[in-house]
Amino acid sequence: MAEPLDDYIDAVSKALALPVEEAWRPAVRVNLEVSLRLSRLVDEFALPDETEPAPIFTA
Amino acid sequence: MTTKPEMTAAEIASAVASRKMSALDATEAALARIKQHDTILNSFTDITADRARAKARAIDADIAAGKEVGPLAGVPFAVKNLFDVAGLPTRAGSKINRDLAPAKRDATLIERMEAAGAVLVGALNMGEYAYDFTGENVHDGPSRNPHDTTRMTGGSSGGSGSAVGGALVPIALGSDTNGSIRVPSSFCGIFGLKPTYGRLSRARSFPFVASLDHLGPFARSVTDLALAYDVMQGPDAEDSACTTRGLEPTLPLLANPVSDLRIAIAGGYFQKNVFPEAVEAVGRVAKALGATQVVEIPEAARARAAAYVITTTEGASLHLDRLRTRPNDFDPAVRDRLIAGAMVPAPMVDRAQKFRRWYRAQLAEIFKSVDVLLAPATPCTAPKLGQVNFNLDGVELPVRANIGIHTQPISFIGLPVVAVPVPLEPLPIGVQIIAAPWREDIALRVAYALEKMGVVSAPTPRGL
Repeated sequence: MAEPLDDYIDAVSKALALPVEEAWRPAVRVNLEVSLRLSRLVDEFALPDETEPAPIFTA
Repeated sequence: MTTKPEMTAAEIASAVASRKMSALDATEAALARIKQHDTILNSFTDITADRARAKARAIDADIAAGKEVGPLAGVPFAVKNLFDVAGLPTRAGSKINRDLAPAKRDATLIERMEAAGAVLVGALNMGEYAYDFTGENVHDGPSRNPHDTTRMTGGSSGGSGSAVGGALVPIALGSDTNGSIRVPSSFCGIFGLKPTYGRLSRARSFPFVASLDHLGPFARSVTDLALAYDVMQGPDAEDSACTTRGLEPTLPLLANPVSDLRIAIAGGYFQKNVFPEAVEAVGRVAKALGATQVVEIPEAARARAAAYVITTTEGASLHLDRLRTRPNDFDPAVRDRLIAGAMVPAPMVDRAQKFRRWYRAQLAEIFKSVDVLLAPATPCTAPKLGQVNFNLDGVELPVRANIGIHTQPISFIGLPVVAVPVPLEPLPIGVQIIAAPWREDIALRVAYALEKMGVVSAPTPRGL
């Protein structure tokens, strides 16, 4: 049975020309679920529009 | 004079400079220990014996000619195999990088160590592409803990932890993106310094996450740690993140009193998800320093999450071409994490970097009223090799994902940390001495005071 993230994995795999063999898919999905869960934790923290990202580039 | 296995770098350098021992004897002794014990520890992937002997002979010739030699004259050291070593492909723990052409020139930090008289004896095992907290490696086998060889060294600088913890060399160099110096220091019972982000040059080392990568030393004493750190300092135009600050030597400051320092214990997040050993270790260190104030670092869990997001996405970007062309040559666990990282939406990375700026400001505020924060280096002592879960308060948790939970929120904003070993029985465990940016001197001073009090020390390896 297809998991909710499978369509997304297929689409990004195609867009990035990044192969995901069927045997790897369950582990990729689990890792992606962790990455997205932690991303949401960052995402839900409100920051002012003016906030600068941390990396600094000096011309 | 012959070398004892646990001679410190300072003792070796002093003996060599005063002609009580030759640099060649010190080098041969290290090579002999490596030969004797590394079949068990598996800490080395390359032994540069010819180069080491040539360097040692050159130092002895300089001494015989009455020339000045550096503060690390004749001291054997080794480096995580993501440092460029002239003549070797920089494998960075991978199978794929073995196909690279041999490096033409040493990493900047190796050049600086050797300019101070140190003698490179080899390159060290590590987790593949540094995306690891265990010290296990599917291509080279795991590095093994010198206090119990059935246990992990911690990673990703596992060979560095094993080689110094096992007293094969007094000093090793490693890298720390999310905890890869502090975790092996904790599990292997040694001192490790993760300097301020940008303090030490990363030139000619294989990267992992440019936003978060640091290099630093491991040692069995604080004096040795400071000796190595001091000789490696200084600007380097070949690392765009390297500071332009001048040298700020720490060795002359080590013995300054710590009674004037405001030392607090990191609370909240840093007191959760810990085994009793970690609580005991932080408690011992805090008691010795008279630290009772508890300071909560706001949003530490979110900081760890943001560090995770930046790591997995920058790591994926670094390896994207290799993931496309040679996916079956990766450690499958590393490959699958990196592929997932490539699929994280870009706004999440930008938000993580913006959160990083906010979090940095919160810590800057804390450091207005505190000089040092104490926190566990790892939630537990070294797990068994291959161990997948551990049970904490009745809850099964994955080992890999949780080893670095207390180090990630600190390196996320580049704070300097000395990991100090508390010699608990049966296994040691580390505590993080965390200071404000560019105040490595303070963290080292506190570590030195603890060492003099006998609260922290590198235990004699018993697993050998």
